Order: sequence, then structure tokens, then C-alpha cells
Amino acid sequence: MAEAVDLKAIGTRPVRPDGVEKVTGRANFGADLNLPGMLHGKILRSPHAHARIKSVDLSGALAMDGVLAAVSGKDIPGGGDLGDNVLAKDKALYHGHAVAAVAARSAYIAELALDEIKVEYEVLNPVMSIDDAIADGATLVNESLHTNGDTSQPASNIAAITKFERGDVDQGFADADVVVEGEYRVPTAHQGYIEPHACTATINEEGKATVWCCTQGQFDVRSMTANCLNKQVSDIRVIPSEIGGGFGGKTTIYLEPVAVKLSEISGRPVKMVMSREEVFRATGPTSATLCRAKVGAKKDGTITAATAWLAYEAGAFAGAPVGPGCMSVLAPYDLENFRIEGHDVLVTKPKVAAYRAPGAPQSMHAMECAIDELARKLDMDPIDLRLKNAADEGTVAPYGPQFPAIGLRACLEAAKVHPNYTTPPAEGQGRGVAVGFWFNIGMQSSAEIRIAENGAVTIMEGSPDIGGSRASMCLMAAETLGIPYENINAHVGDTEATGYCNTTGGSRTTFATGMAVIEACEDIIAQCKERAALTWELDVDQVDWEDGQAIPKPGVNADVKPLSLADIARSAGRTGGPLLGRASLNAQGPGASFSVNWTDVEVDRETGKVDVKAFTGVQDAGRAIHPSYVEGQMQGGAVQGLGWALNEEYIYDADGVMENAGFLDYRVPVTSDMPMIDTQIVEVPNPSHPYGVRGVGETPIVAPLAATSNAVRDALGFRINDLPLSPPRVLAAIDENE
Amino acid sequence: MAKVHVSTTVNGQPMDVLVEPNDSLLDTLRDGLGLTGTKEGCATGDCGACSVMLDGRLVCSCLVLGAEAEGKTIDTIEGVADGDGLHVIQQKFLEHAALQCGICTPGFIVAAKALLEKNPNPDETTIRYWLAGNLCRCTGYDKIVRAVQDAADELASPA
Repeated sequence: MAEAVDLKAIGTRPVRPDGVEKVTGRANFGADLNLPGMLHGKILRSPHAHARIKSVDLSGALAMDGVLAAVSGKDIPGGGDLGDNVLAKDKALYHGHAVAAVAARSAYIAELALDEIKVEYEVLNPVMSIDDAIADGATLVNESLHTNGDTSQPASNIAAITKFERGDVDQGFADADVVVEGEYRVPTAHQGYIEPHACTATINEEGKATVWCCTQGQFDVRSMTANCLNKQVSDIRVIPSEIGGGFGGKTTIYLEPVAVKLSEISGRPVKMVMSREEVFRATGPTSATLCRAKVGAKKDGTITAATAWLAYEAGAFAGAPVGPGCMSVLAPYDLENFRIEGHDVLVTKPKVAAYRAPGAPQSMHAMECAIDELARKLDMDPIDLRLKNAADEGTVAPYGPQFPAIGLRACLEAAKVHPNYTTPPAEGQGRGVAVGFWFNIGMQSSAEIRIAENGAVTIMEGSPDIGGSRASMCLMAAETLGIPYENINAHVGDTEATGYCNTTGGSRTTFATGMAVIEACEDIIAQCKERAALTWELDVDQVDWEDGQAIPKPGVNADVKPLSLADIARSAGRTGGPLLGRASLNAQGPGASFSVNWTDVEVDRETGKVDVKAFTGVQDAGRAIHPSYVEGQMQGGAVQGLGWALNEEYIYDADGVMENAGFLDYRVPVTSDMPMIDTQIVEVPNPSHPYGVRGVGETPIVAPLAATSNAVRDALGFRINDLPLSPPRVLAAIDENE
Repeated sequence: MAKVHVSTTVNGQPMDVLVEPNDSLLDTLRDGLGLTGTKEGCATGDCGACSVMLDGRLVCSCLVLGAEAEGKTIDTIEGVADGDGLHVIQQKFLEHAALQCGICTPGFIVAAKALLEKNPNPDETTIRYWLAGNLCRCTGYDKIVRAVQDAADELASPA
């Protein structure tokens, strides 16, 4: 691995290559494409949270002037649950579930046409909470669903139960001097990306479709759309636009198969753009959860046992991120005795989608609140308690593998001496500490490096750039090739233009796609050495690559001038043709990521409003390629976590209709709500990456939930277990406690 | 519905456009005039991604009808950089990495420019309250506020 002292490009903060496009309004996002002859598609959505669909009659819409196509559930024949979510078949499973769609000459006509579609429903009872879903005699969301597929048991709303267990938990609690336990609820929250979902699709007479859309993964859109339509992936080309935020919510599809189908029927391109209300009602949210945490410890702080009972709402289809919730909940601790049990629970809410470190914030909120209570009972500093029990290199993680070098201890130690921590909170304020974790992922990536005649470098890769990853790719290429950053550009290719690449998510892009870029650069270097050897009539093993140029190795007797990348590129036609480097891989060893956060809050006892006065994040990045964008991930994730902790929640009426489906009432943090978010990057290099990279994007959202709860606990003198800590909840708790 | 003929000035250029009576100014800019730099995040005036200047006043273009642009002067993100290159605010957004996905960026830049034209030396609190109508979900606002502070400093004493 390259030593930090040798690095020239990595760790600098240049302007991103796509920056000028994005500050001038030139960059094209999902809704920015218009094609000649294009129609506008709109979706008809269920007005009921749970209803059997008895019939759908499209004829009224099709009879309207300007309406060229209409579809219903039967037009999306494949895709399993995904296809049923894209357009409902037998049942509408949440308020806002797509039931039918039209394409018309204008968006306005399409809207009017929706009113002419006749749907006959048999309304069923909504199932709106974990308590309702798991109660005896609960209404079933899916009558043919059995827990873990066990058909010998009655049908259930619990799709799956996951367990991790080690040691003797009962003995561990018996050995404890102090035991704390609590039950904690986290509400349904939305990713809140500012760009609504949008796509444009066209399909020709050969059945070949092209889809333009904003997505975190063009290859996933291709396979999901193909599955929904019973087509082959090779029938569909997906061209990713710039993406206006995703946070996991754009790793799935909603509109694309519908747009393709409407295009097939009408023979015209079809554009579909969601409204913000549709985004809230029908996409994204992450699981509301009910979590129970119990921890026992010796007087010296040594944890003797811990248990976590987790239930996550999946929405209308199985697949809550309860597995990652189980993996994360106790990952920061080196434990002999623990039991973790996770439940994937169906309710009549939108099918949950990934949201930044999916599943980890909820379970770790519960456990990190319990650990905070433990520290209080033991009268220990909360960082000292965590240091006492911290997982480290060699610790076997609760989910199985043994950790290689990890940065938890380094983060805790950095936090302990940080001036923001050694300075006590101001008078009247409370401070809360919590730890965050995400395991990170690797998976498949491809990259191609093309060298222009003047030596300029083009990277072609497949990871949609959601937060500055092009800059990271260019920095790693600059470092590897030994050339200036300014000579390199990075492009995100469509499914026909670049090799297969898994979706941008799980904090894999800088790690895995970065590794592919580095290997493709090494391929270029190998080719350049061959070209230089040919030019100089030397053996290739007599040539070195240093500072962006080929030179004879020390001791090689050759009276030649170094050949730069530009020199070699200029004469490439005479030495074997254009320079083209490539790499594809399935990246292993993503390197777990840990953080420590603390926040100081002030609670207005008259209104129940919680003000965040200070927030500090310390996180292990392995190696920060572009520190500004690492800090940006830490700051952005922190504020999303603070929003979830303080205000964000889906509010439903008794019929299961979301009452706050807009940014006015679903209140994400605004500029004036937040202080500066202080960051400290810790670098414990990931041994699996050439430059030591660990993904950094997910972890920052994890700890703020518990850190905020713990800070409010500190400020008030009593704990409020459930989130959000919105003024009504805090005020009610103050009234109850005083 | 019959379309309405609108004569307006956008980024200093006189323009004519036919709009539906129910089109917002945002629709008119994006679909009628092809100026897609102004973004739609909510269409209800809650996110600020569609911020433009209307006769020198900062507005959400989703809350103004296209027909209301008649005889008015509109300035959009496409007009912020003049012929000499990026505006200082644009440059500072880049230097401070004050954007991640970039969808809110045009609205923030238009709003920040309006602030600095009105108040060349705002403190942090003033910046935060002025920009409270612009949602960013990626950055946590820290680097945006710093970029605006730095732009104000540079405009006050050009390097």
C-alpha cells in the first residue's frame, strides 16, 4: 500500500470535474430531458391503504382527446413483488400504491385522464404499525406469506426472523452488577432527496427500449425493468442522468417499466416525473421500528451480556433492512454473550427502500441509548465505557467475520481529547454521545481508461456520481498514473457504454469502483512501459514508470529522454494503437467503518423545541481521497440523522393516509435549524484497498439519532425513548415529568 | 385551454413564449423556454430549488404563473455567470465543495446572490435565515454557509 507521505494527489481538495456544469444549471438531471413527439405519463394511485382491486376500466381515459395509451397491473407481468409494487395487481397495499397509468400529449391532459379511469375496490383494514401487524388475529397484508417460508405455520405478517447468538446470555446477565433495558421506537422517515423520480422511455419496433432516468444504478434499472416486462436485459439500454440525491431511495424502480409500456402502446417517447407528494406517498421510506435493548455490565464497565429484539416495518412487501440492523446493533462491542433477533414485518405502508446505512440507525439508536443509560448507572464517561468494550482488530463481529484493522478505538481516543469534548456543554445544555457503524460493501465494478492523443485521460466507469465521486476517481487515477489531476476527467457511462457495475450504494463507489480505476491505470502503465521499451529497443523489465513518465530503470544503459504519457499517446499509432486500459473486479474487503458523534442541545421547556447547538463527528475514512467530500458525507449524514431524531416522521390518519406528504409538514432540517457540523477524519487504512479507502457515506447517519436522544436525556434529566423528539412529544414528556 | 402569449425578459434577453394559463413560471422556464437549470423539487414553494429573480425579487418560480411574467424581468441560474466566467459565488461553491448531488445548487446560488446584493456583509445567522427556504439534503449546509461567507469576503475585498 502506498504510504501517506508519498501521496501527491490523494488528500488534496481540487474542484470536481463536473462542478462547472452543476453551478451553472447546465447539468442534466432526471426531469431535464425532452424528446421530439414525447408524451407525458401519469400514475393513478390507490385512495385506500388496503383494498382488493375488483376491476380497472381504462376506457374512459382512452376515449379522451390527447390520451394515447393507458395501462393497469396486468401490463406489468413480471418482477414479482417489485412488479406488484410498480403497478398493483389484486390488491392495493398502501395509500398511493400505483394502480394504473396514462400517457397523453400534455401532463395536464394526463392528470385529467386519471379521473376517467374507473377502479372498483373492496376496502380492507389497514395495518399501520408493528403492534397491529404482529397482534393475534391481525389483518394479513399478504394472505400467502408465512414466516421464513414455513407453510406448516399459519400465514403471518412476519416475513422473516433473523437470529445471531453467541455465548450464554443468561449467565452473562447473572454475572452483571448493573443491567439496563429499554424499548425504543423510531418512526417511518423518507430519504428526502430533492429531485423527484423521473424517467423518459422509448421503445422501437424491434422491442429495443432506451430509458433515461435518475438512478443510483443504471444496471439495476436495466435488470429490474427487464424483469417487470419479461424482457431480456439486452433489450434495454439505460442512460443515467445526473442524480439529484438518492440516499438509497434511487436503488429501485417505480416508473421505468410503466413508461416503457406506455411507449410501446403509443409508439412515442413517454416522460414520467413524480410530484413531491407522490415521492412521499409511494417511494422510499425506511422502516419504522420497535427495538428492545438490554445490556448488563460489571462495576468496572465490562459488558457481560447484551440482547436486542428488533422489529422493522417492511412496508407492503417483505424486505425490511432488519438484517443490517442485526449486523450493526452490537458491532462496536467485543462481547462474549449476546442474542440478536430481528423481525421483518409487513404493514400497509409503501415498500421500504434503502436509506443510508439501511437498518443501522434504528437498531443502534436503541442500543446506544441503552449504553448511555449504562454509563449513567456506572457513573462512567460514555466514551470510556465504549473504550472499555470496543471491538478492535481481531474481534469476531456479532455477524461472523473477524475484524481486520478497524478505527473504532482510534475514533474514541480522538473524541476523548477533542476540544469540543473536553469543553463541557454550556449552561443549560445537554450533551449526548453515540457510536455509529456500517459494514460497507464491495461488489462488482468496471473501469476503462482512455488516453487522448494529447495525453489527456478519460475514465469511463459505471457508478452514478451522487456526491463528488468523479473527483475521487480522478484523484486516484492522478496518484496512480503520476500525472496532474487537471489532465483527467471521469464519465459515468450508460449500460451500453461501460462495463457492468453494481449500484452506487452501501458506501462502495470510492472503494470498489476506485479499485477498478486504479487497476485500469496500472494496465495503462504496463502498456506505456511496453511502448517505451519498443521505442527504446529495451526489454520491458528495463523500464520504470515514475512521475507520469517512462524512464529506463536505474543501471540500464540507455541514452534516452523520458517519455511522458502525452509522448507515448502521440505516437501510439506507431507502437501498437491507442492506449486503452481496463479492469473489472468483484471487490473484497470493503473495511468496516466506525464513527463517534456527540451533540450539545438546548431544550425549550415552554415549547418542547430542541435546538442543536453543536455537533461533532469523528469517523474513520481509512484514507480520505478528497477530504472535503468525506467531510461533506459526514456533515450531510449528520444532518439527516438530526432531522430524523428531531422532526421527521410519517404521520398517518386512522385510515392509513399520510397527512404530511410535503416538505412543509414533513420537516427536513433547513439551514437555520443547524449549527456548523464539526468533523475530524481519522485514517486507519483499510488493508484491502491500494490506498486504504473505506466507504464513508453510510456511517454518518447512524449515530446522530442516539446522540440526540442522549443529549436530550442529559438536558432534561429524564429519557424520552421514542423518536422524533419533536416539540409535541418533548412537551408532553416535560408535562408528564414535572 | 387557449394558450397565453407572454413577452418577457429573461437574463437580459427579450423573449416571447406561449404558456398554458395554469403553467407556473417554473414550467414556462423549463418547458417553454428550455431553461432547465431551474429545478423542481416540490412545486409547492417549500424547497427553493426553483428560485429565480422576478423584477429583482427572489421568488419560487413554482408559485408564480407563467402568464405573470408578462412585461417582467426574470433572472435565472443560466444568467449568473457572465461572459467573463463564473460568478464569485459559483466559484466559492466549487472551492468549498458546497454541492454534492447538485440539484439544489442553482436555487442556492440564485438565493445567495440575492442576499449578497442586498446585504454584502451578512453574518452566519443572517445567511442561515436567508437560505432557510432552500433545502439541501446532501451537505448539511455547513459548506454552503462557508461558501457564501467566503464569497461575501471576496466581493468585499477582491483578491
